[in-house]
Amino acid sequence: MASTETTTPSTTGKPDDDPTGPATAPDAEAPAGPAADSPAEAAAGATAEGDTTAAAAGTAVSTGAPATAAGESRPAAGDLAGLEAGLDALDSTVVSRQPWLRTLLSKAFPPLIAIAIVLGLWQLAYHFQLKPHYLLPSPLDVFRSLQQKWLEGTLLSFVWTSVSRGALGFLASVAIGTVLGLIVARVKPVRAAIGPILSGLQSLPSVAWVPAAIIWFGLSDATIYAVVLLGAVPSIANGLVSGVDQISPLYLRAGRTVGATGLAGVRHVLLPAALPGYLAGLKQGWAFSWRSLMAAELIVNAPDLGTGLGQLLEQGRELQDMSWVLGAILLILIVGIGIELLIFAPIERRVLRSRGLLVKS
Amino acid sequence: MTTNTLTKPAPAAAGSTGPYAARIQHVSKSFGRPGAQQQVLDNISIDVTPGEFVCLLGASGCGKSTLLSLVAGLDKPSAGTIETPGGRPALMFQEHALFPWLTAGRNIELALRMRGVPRAERRGEAERLLELVRLKGAYGKRVHELSGGMRQRVAMARALAQDSQLLLMDEPFAALDAITRDVLHDELTRIWHETNLSVLFVTHNVREAVRLGERVVLLSSRPGRVAREWQVDIPQPRRIEDSAVADLSVEITEQLRGEIRRHGQH
Ligand SMILES: Nc1ncnc2c1ncn2[C@@H]1O[C@H](COP(=O)(O)OP(=O)(O)O)[C@@H](O)[C@H]1O
Ligand SMILES: [Mg+2]
Repeated sequence: MASTETTTPSTTGKPDDDPTGPATAPDAEAPAGPAADSPAEAAAGATAEGDTTAAAAGTAVSTGAPATAAGESRPAAGDLAGLEAGLDALDSTVVSRQPWLRTLLSKAFPPLIAIAIVLGLWQLAYHFQLKPHYLLPSPLDVFRSLQQKWLEGTLLSFVWTSVSRGALGFLASVAIGTVLGLIVARVKPVRAAIGPILSGLQSLPSVAWVPAAIIWFGLSDATIYAVVLLGAVPSIANGLVSGVDQISPLYLRAGRTVGATGLAGVRHVLLPAALPGYLAGLKQGWAFSWRSLMAAELIVNAPDLGTGLGQLLEQGRELQDMSWVLGAILLILIVGIGIELLIFAPIERRVLRSRGLLVKS
Repeated sequence: MTTNTLTKPAPAAAGSTGPYAARIQHVSKSFGRPGAQQQVLDNISIDVTPGEFVCLLGASGCGKSTLLSLVAGLDKPSAGTIETPGGRPALMFQEHALFPWLTAGRNIELALRMRGVPRAERRGEAERLLELVRLKGAYGKRVHELSGGMRQRVAMARALAQDSQLLLMDEPFAALDAITRDVLHDELTRIWHETNLSVLFVTHNVREAVRLGERVVLLSSRPGRVAREWQVDIPQPRRIEDSAVADLSVEITEQLRGEIRRHGQH
């Protein structure tokens, strides 16, 4: 160890991680032990520093760490930039990504197999007539029923009617839920008053609002939107509240020290910091919007309202056409999942990845 | 062993006049409800003159962070006054506190923006500050892609972006490994020399305080009071393993241990 010694010698006789020597513990990490932030870090710091000192003193009381570390820790004055560059290169994380095609295959393959198995079982049940055919049509019957509506040119308009209602209702819910969530999260009296009610509302099935909405607004679009809003606003607001609650106080303090206070603080610190929780709330809010919309469409059925998927479902029931009903259910499911997969999942993944929060499985 | 010729205890700075970057006068701070109060700081007076590097030293829990929060204006003292004529001080924490939703460069630009720097100048200024902390090319890096030492350097650049006269640092290197910490000591000394910053640097590490500070102020615990001050006349650039640094550290450590020991005697 003494051979690696190149710079001015120190008079310190012992490594300073020696907790027993009162006169030779120049590093306060030993006396102020409890101050260290984690035992591991304290140990690492003490060992490395002790080693440095041992080398400097030349009177090798080795702590067992490699001698090279001690040599590197004492660069010539002009060498600092190079040393730093070396440290940076050694200690940075390299973030690599899988090729997207492989990701897609590994993600899409298992669900496709599951679907194939379900279809197979269904076909078997149909084949052995577990129920009469008019009660349990084959997958092909359902497909034909959908195909027929496609050929009539009406299928897309049913889907579009529902999706546009859902999207409009969802966007309105986002606007209301975001403002409401911010107020509940940041204003203590408001939170005490309506915070519990807001989270309680989440467990109220939004179908329960339909009769009330019909009495208020009659059989109209307003009824449908009211039910969607009542279903989605609480989850969006709650998502934002829990997103804000999960913000590390450190970010808020840092925001205030750089001068981001008031509205600037909300915009540049609070909202971006709460984004992961907020996005989770939005995702759930969409699921609730879509569910509430279907409940409303199923019940609010008037000729001048335009036919959405819920109304399609109800018509199928009136005609006792099981393939029609199953086809409509399938469409509702596909649209719901499709929007989650195509819109929310990519946004969420992007946000989490950019913050290093996405753990590669 | 070298003798103590390089060090001389300085009188308490309270009451001194003249220009200052921060003036802490008779500051006390208590937490808790009236009746069940815990006094954390008791009648603290410290002046930091422009361009001075003061290290605030004390055992864990003695109220160093509390005092810095008061100086930073994040909290109000229970008694006494704090003046920082150079405007809102910049503050650096033990944890880097960089915003993970922004790149390194954008973190710096946010501070510039809050300071009112026009949009067109922000990018160039951020690059210049990154260069100052020797992180040229890290502009587009995400926080989680940087090492601990790099994060603290970006945090330093962000603090410098506030263009404040006074930089407050709360154990900024405590979570780093020894070699990285050593390098950052050199960097901080260099940057302090290149700018006309005043620094109030909090640490529980005696050697770090002696390595960096022109003056070391030792706080006692429960309540925190100024126990003693040392003027550090060891010429820069110092090294943490220099014998003069070691000698003064031994002396200060003895005093610190005495302060801690008092609390075990009852
Ligand atoms: N907001 C607070 N409320 C109550 N007690 C606090 C608060 N902040 C700090 N303290 C107390 O003040 C003391 C000093 O804390 P701190 O300033 O963090 O010490 P240091 O930074 O020196 O380790 C501790 O005993 C801590 O419990
Ligand atoms: Mg602290």
